[in-house]
Amino acid sequence: MKILVPVKRVIDYNVKPRVKADGTGVDLSNVKMSMNPFDEIAVEEAIRLKEAGKAEEIIAVSVGPAKAQETLRTALAMGADRAILVESETEVEPLAVAKILKGIVEAENPGLVILGKQAIDDDSNQTGQMLAALLGRPQGTFASKVEIEGDSVSVTREVDGGLETVKLSLPAIVTTDLRLNEPRYASLPNIMKAKKKPLDTKSAADYGVDTAPRLKTLKVTEPAVRSAGIKVPDVDTLVAKLKDMGIAN
Amino acid sequence: MKTLVWVEHDNASVKDATLSTVTAAAKLGEVHLLVVGQGAQAAADAAAQIAGVAKVHLADGAAYANNLAENVAPLIAQLMGDHDAFLAPATTNGKNIAPRVAALLDVMQISDILSVEGEKTFTRPIYAGNAIATVESSDAKLVITVRGTAFEKAASTGGSAAVEAISGTGDAGLSSFVGAELAKNERPELTSAKIIVSGGRALKDADTFQATIFPLADKLHAAVGASRAAVDAGFAPNDYQVGQTGKIVAPEIYIAVGISGAIQHLAGMKDSKTIIAINKDEDAPIFQVADIGLVGDLFTIVPELTSKL
Repeated sequence: MKILVPVKRVIDYNVKPRVKADGTGVDLSNVKMSMNPFDEIAVEEAIRLKEAGKAEEIIAVSVGPAKAQETLRTALAMGADRAILVESETEVEPLAVAKILKGIVEAENPGLVILGKQAIDDDSNQTGQMLAALLGRPQGTFASKVEIEGDSVSVTREVDGGLETVKLSLPAIVTTDLRLNEPRYASLPNIMKAKKKPLDTKSAADYGVDTAPRLKTLKVTEPAVRSAGIKVPDVDTLVAKLKDMGIAN
Repeated sequence: MKTLVWVEHDNASVKDATLSTVTAAAKLGEVHLLVVGQGAQAAADAAAQIAGVAKVHLADGAAYANNLAENVAPLIAQLMGDHDAFLAPATTNGKNIAPRVAALLDVMQISDILSVEGEKTFTRPIYAGNAIATVESSDAKLVITVRGTAFEKAASTGGSAAVEAISGTGDAGLSSFVGAELAKNERPELTSAKIIVSGGRALKDADTFQATIFPLADKLHAAVGASRAAVDAGFAPNDYQVGQTGKIVAPEIYIAVGISGAIQHLAGMKDSKTIIAINKDEDAPIFQVADIGLVGDLFTIVPELTSKL
């Protein structure tokens, strides 16, 4: 079985995003970029399935600018076997990404596609579900456990209030939540080896997908800032404040 | 505009986040509700009483027992022939189902809206709430998920909509429900609680977390939350997590105990009306957003506070 793992190049999760002064977006110039954290978890899960003998080949794919090659090389260094870059210098929305991925799935026939549940830049949380719909396949979103059992996969999902388990017939789509696994760091020898692994470059047109955006961003602003309040000296003062708010007797 | 709202329910009552979604839908036009489930008549009857609702569609059947997106999404897509906008609460179920509907309709979904600015214009948080985008859709139909804490809840009584049973699209045969382990919780639900007491890594371990946080929460009839650090360290279960990757909350009062205030945590609670922070480090970032701060050892402060309330 092949596993397809889409990965996105996003602002590093440790960097505090700054809104551009002209309100057109978030300033990404000279900002550290990394693989979307949920996608790292997806790559790790695919590698573990391969190590457990459940999969033979892992294909990493990214839809993004030429520099997304670095993100794909990271996936290759972690353990993916080959990579596909669908190059686009303009931003591609989740619906169009899902359509491109559908084209890749039809060409590669993976048994599983494992995606991050959302990217930490646009926070859409859509691509996996959309891909599943376009392919008419089952979806196991927000996974905290993935077990392949014959021709089906059992996915434990993080839902409001706890966990839920669904059984999906393969081929299927899985999206990862935070606690699925802890991604490994690529070792130096593996980083060197990754440079020699195959990386194909394609375009959205190769899959017949129109990437014209459906949503127009009119402006991007800073959220309302909260200012620091007062400090109270002791518990008695805090209790008095709570009583003023009417929440204590 | 005719809107369709997917109703989240427990077969008896309608969840709060759905009431907020109804408020958002009413800003766009006429509100129709869709209740999907097995044995969900009582939930449909409750939904019909929500103020401002024009009609309730009820699809009842075994295929709809567990909100499987593979079965629910085609039904919604079919109903969207007669509606202009589909809205779902941005809960885990809503987020699972809505994008599947959007793709079936060839629509780019607008996720997690904070406000309705016009017929096709909305604001939504990006970069974990570090920026707010105003977006305009060019699609013929709209698919939207709604952040519950950003809209007032519609009144759960006062309406008298008709309930119409509709036939479903059946079981897609792609997936099945195996089971759920839902945390037993006598306390209010985190996302709809008026007061939340949250604990961080300073609570040391699971026993200390419970012994310190629970009595205060019980005294205040509050829900219990936790920072990601506390959840990752195993002090509290996953579904307690408040933050960018956990639950987004906005209660009347949020009491942060031993939480330093990492960006990821602040993203999940900074819209709370009043934030109270208890932390021994007076330079902790949590104090920059707290309305009331108390610097000191939580292991003496919290028990004292609990006993004096």
